[in-house]
Amino acid sequence: MTQYIVLSAILFTIGCVGVLTRRNAIVVFMCVELMLNACNLAFVAFARQHGNLDGQITAFFVMVVAAAEVVIGLAIIMTIFRTRRSASVDDASLLKY
Amino acid sequence: MTEFVKPSIEYFELWPLLVVFGVACLGVVVEAFLPRTLRYPVQVVLALGGLALALVGVVLVAQDVQTYEDGAARGILAVGGTIAVDGPSLFIWGLVLALSIAGVLLFAERHLDGGVSAFAGQAAAVPGTDAETASIAANREHTEVYPLMVFAVFGMMLFPAANDLLTMFVGLEILSLPLYLLSGLARRRRLLSQEAALKYFLLGAFSSGFFLYGAALLYGFAGSMDFAAINEAVRNDVGSSSLLLIGTGLMSVGLLFKVGAVPFQAWTPDVYQGAPTPVTAFMAAGTKVAAFGAIMRLYYVALGADRWSWQPMLWIIAILSMFVGAALAITQSDIKRLLAYSSVAHTGFILTGVLGVQASGQLATGEISSVQAVLFYLATYGFATIGAFAVVGLVRDGGGETTAIDRWAGLGKESPVVAGVFAFFLLAMAGIPLTSGFVGKLAVFSVALAAGAWPVVVAAVLASIIAAFLYIRVIKVMYFDEPVGAGPSVAYPSVLTATTIAVGVAVTLVLGVLPGPVLDLAAVAGEFIR
Repeated sequence: MTQYIVLSAILFTIGCVGVLTRRNAIVVFMCVELMLNACNLAFVAFARQHGNLDGQITAFFVMVVAAAEVVIGLAIIMTIFRTRRSASVDDASLLKY
Repeated sequence: MTEFVKPSIEYFELWPLLVVFGVACLGVVVEAFLPRTLRYPVQVVLALGGLALALVGVVLVAQDVQTYEDGAARGILAVGGTIAVDGPSLFIWGLVLALSIAGVLLFAERHLDGGVSAFAGQAAAVPGTDAETASIAANREHTEVYPLMVFAVFGMMLFPAANDLLTMFVGLEILSLPLYLLSGLARRRRLLSQEAALKYFLLGAFSSGFFLYGAALLYGFAGSMDFAAINEAVRNDVGSSSLLLIGTGLMSVGLLFKVGAVPFQAWTPDVYQGAPTPVTAFMAAGTKVAAFGAIMRLYYVALGADRWSWQPMLWIIAILSMFVGAALAITQSDIKRLLAYSSVAHTGFILTGVLGVQASGQLATGEISSVQAVLFYLATYGFATIGAFAVVGLVRDGGGETTAIDRWAGLGKESPVVAGVFAFFLLAMAGIPLTSGFVGKLAVFSVALAAGAWPVVVAAVLASIIAAFLYIRVIKVMYFDEPVGAGPSVAYPSVLTATTIAVGVAVTLVLGVLPGPVLDLAAVAGEFIR
């Protein structure tokens, strides 16, 4: 059981570090999805451990929410890419101070 | 494995939620089937009517709710215990609905910008291309903003009423996703707007990842998603305490991000500045109300027995938010960014209230509980904020809104009414007596004192003084500085924006002079169902 939790923690950390270090908005967003999937793994593993279905049901909901988030996210990234011809998060720097 | 039990749905108590959700879905259908010319009036009427109907529903439900089981709280647990329709939920529902009706009025304003709303003619058209010019020439505007906004309102109602971790997560996302889109739909300064949407989206998705992992760990600790069961598990000390601690911390990241507390405030100024001003007004007021409802429910109901581990964290975050918010607000040269940092400082003040004594049983007579103080503060803050941003939308020059503070010089001569109203909102935010902000601050400070959090209160008083300086600086610019060039001009709003501003002024004044009724209302709201 612990192995699954450790694996999910590792996946979450990879996603987290990816968000903080990568420049391309699409890759950043993929890393966020990785974090959500790490959560799913943790939910399913804990559901198995506790012997109830709550965690598994949550995993389904998270998948739906993640899909909705993809729709919104890609729409926003697409618009900014078409405007600037770049999806780098470093280029979007008009708003400061 | 446990047997699946079909939940019963309490249609009467959930009526407000269902109306809002139904109206949002109907708005999508309207968008798909009605001709372009009809969409604007139909969408506005639909949104206003639906929200007003839901508000009536909230009042009816509030009159009807009965005492819950042991008698400390009133309300019911609906849909198999996933949604708590209790006093604080109903108060927040009413507040969110009132603020969002004011928000719809701002969204529908068409007088300020030559007959079109503040939203892009065609968001898909790249700025500076023929497609964009054509959409502007055709006087197009996105009417999808109304259903999107009503979906966000639905999220704002679900989020603080959620009684388990899953519902809370779903509520958080329903509230956030439409707001990400809305922030990117400004008609003017579209690059800034799109950038704001990108930043809000990426950081928001990042923080909800933390929220969800925290929820997974709390589930792993307690073996249940239900708040009452988590509280029971904390009390009986079952499970691993490190799961509990890390889970609490990660969930706090997600929640504190939504209210813009330091150190998760980085998105606030950028998004407040870049988003269309009506969206900023709605978002600044509504999100904060909803997210503080959720924060209180999570901390008090699910983690109430574990108070000693999260309280020190909130002490530090409250103090940091107040000082960083007030200090950075002083350095700003843009009025929307200034109000954004001031909202960070207000987050700190509200967190001061969250630290207070929670159960009414522990209070001496005449003292108020922290839920009551925070709810009252949210009401004062919500109306002052939405009114202030509505005024920001009125001050314009040839290129749209003039948000640079030095361009506001001489506004007092140009339009004494607008400058006076804005000054009044700023004084309310500063907490000057006879405005709502004073009573709100007094309430949260006194509950924090009663709970022994005096260092936070001392810090809060000091931060209030810094914050007062910055608000008074803006008032000085408006009244005493010489105008730059032609000076600012004030666009005359239609009755829609005027109503919002008038309501903001009236509520701010009444809550400052006669706070009794609303304080009583917040007291009647009572406690969360535990």
